[in-house]
Amino acid sequence: MIWILDITLLLFLVVCAIAAISIKDLLSAVIILSAYSLIMAIVWVEMQSVDVGFTEAAVGAGITTVLFIATLARTEGRSED
Amino acid sequence: MSGIIEIIFAEFNYWIYVTLMMIGFYAMIAKKNLIKKVIGANIFQTAIFLFYISLAEVKGGTAPILLHGHDGADAAHKAVSEVIYVNPLPHVLILTAIVVAVSTTAVALALIIKIYEEYGSLEEDVILAYRRQLQPEFSEHARQKQEGEQ
Repeated sequence: MIWILDITLLLFLVVCAIAAISIKDLLSAVIILSAYSLIMAIVWVEMQSVDVGFTEAAVGAGITTVLFIATLARTEGRSED
Repeated sequence: MSGIIEIIFAEFNYWIYVTLMMIGFYAMIAKKNLIKKVIGANIFQTAIFLFYISLAEVKGGTAPILLHGHDGADAAHKAVSEVIYVNPLPHVLILTAIVVAVSTTAVALALIIKIYEEYGSLEEDVILAYRRQLQPEFSEHARQKQEGEQ
């Protein structure tokens, strides 16, 4: 574990989480959530848990984003808060 | 001062895990939009996964993959006893939990589509106001029940 890379990735994770919940456009929020999942996958591979890392990259960053975008296509893409 | 920095950086994963969990919890409670609530739930879940993976970490450990396991008894024994591996048990637990997290997200989004078809909005306060307008006797009944309890 390289500690400077670890700390940078974890801080970026917090920035992504705050951006995902505070942005008003829902499609942007979902794409930022996908980036959040991808950074989380990188953190896990870096922490030597490779199996969880690639499951998160495929399922968390892939399928979850597809489900969210399919929902947004059937509903509205704007949020009040 | 250096003591505080040491305390913060020694358990940095745990600080981040608590911060992310509180961000997700805030989004689930305070945000009015239903999609925002599901995003908050996702952040909350991944924060808990981060906690478990941090728990499994061993200093200087490698990924829990057995190399040279089929090269004879001596090599296999050496691979098990002389190499430090991280703990694979929390990894397996979290592998299951990731799949469960995706299915709960899918169910939540399916319910959101149904709510949008019924009410035409994803904002919680709009849906509640519409419900009260639709069924005034329902909210009247609820108010009387609350007064009766007091």
